[in-house]
Amino acid sequence: MKSALSQLSFARPRTLEEALTLLRDEPLVPIAGATDLYVGLNFGTLKAQRFLDITRLEELRGISVTGDRLVIGAGTTYTTIMHSASVRAHWPILADAASQVGGVQIQNRGTLGGNVANASPAGDTLPVLAVADAILQLRSAQSQRAVPFNSFYTGYRQTVLRPDELIVSIELPMVEGKQWFRKVGTRAAQAISKLVMAAVRTEAPRIALGSVAPTPLRLRRTEAALAGGSSIEDAIGVLQTEITPIDDLRSSEAYRRAVAGNLLRRFWAS
Amino acid sequence: MRLTLNGAVTDVEAAPGRRLLDVLREECGLTGTKEGCGEGECGACTVLMNGQLVVSCLVPFAQAEGAEIRTIEGVGDHALQQHFMSEAGAQCGICTPGMVMTASTLSRDATLEDIRIALAGNLCRCTGYEAIYRAIQRARAATSA
Repeated sequence: MKSALSQLSFARPRTLEEALTLLRDEPLVPIAGATDLYVGLNFGTLKAQRFLDITRLEELRGISVTGDRLVIGAGTTYTTIMHSASVRAHWPILADAASQVGGVQIQNRGTLGGNVANASPAGDTLPVLAVADAILQLRSAQSQRAVPFNSFYTGYRQTVLRPDELIVSIELPMVEGKQWFRKVGTRAAQAISKLVMAAVRTEAPRIALGSVAPTPLRLRRTEAALAGGSSIEDAIGVLQTEITPIDDLRSSEAYRRAVAGNLLRRFWAS
Repeated sequence: MRLTLNGAVTDVEAAPGRRLLDVLREECGLTGTKEGCGEGECGACTVLMNGQLVVSCLVPFAQAEGAEIRTIEGVGDHALQQHFMSEAGAQCGICTPGMVMTASTLSRDATLEDIRIALAGNLCRCTGYEAIYRAIQRARAATSA
């Protein structure tokens, strides 16, 4: 029995407008699948008391193709994403990433918007959104703005999201070229990544890594080196100057540096 | 708060922030659902919510309002449970209710690989899984015969 949980309150709006009004009027923590937040609550590391349950908001759910973009509602679950024909057709590595989050139980509850908002540098889908140059649609009661995913994070677990805003949708512009994704963890399921990489092989290759810096990281200089004809060994040298991995519970800096280089080599040879 | 519990419309009074796991065990007397890790890793507390597998330690009770919840007490797949016993697909037994819940969602033509992927979110620290896979395969074969 977790007695502290008895003190929590939940607002459960049925429409986005209602949710945004509640969020304007009082500080509430948005909650969807609870797969990160309830871990924090169960272990006492999250002190929040008042939640805004956004699981009833139809406006946050669903996947569509609009013009040259794949548009995914922030409240769409990993299970829906991994089975979506549109995702598989246009961003198959997003389906790959979704299928490697947790196990079935977590995939049924966790959402793409939650992965973004939780702001962990180890989030499995985040390198995919980085190489997609995804656009986040944010709404408040008063305003709507589009923020590039690659400008969303300002530091470790810090974002530009204001307390009165919700992430409404995530847009992935379509891209030509072969997509590549690899998660490295202690086991195939239920493991937080030691390292996670997404890449697209085009004339201007796109490469992003998770768990090697305070935020998901787009490797712009490594990309430029490869686009400019550098050898893979030189490009790995550039990569090593872009990443700042740490020693932690899941891995060491030395291991992460070695594996990051190996992943780049595998991607480039694929 | 009203929900459908193992097929019966049920009114339950409990704080909205409590874990579905605790409400099931402490308010509804359904102690078949077990707590393992309490952080969504082990799958011992797996139940079906609106037909989907969830870990009940990470479900705020508020979100169960109006939902259809099925626990090990209401799973009804006795062949599956029989085969877990006959194959000795359990040792300490804490993971077994969750294993059975997950296995109950597998289709009759599930391959060993399908079973492995489905059970990725259910950890067993005793058996080494082989007996569990065998129990599920036998039960599937028995029901499709």
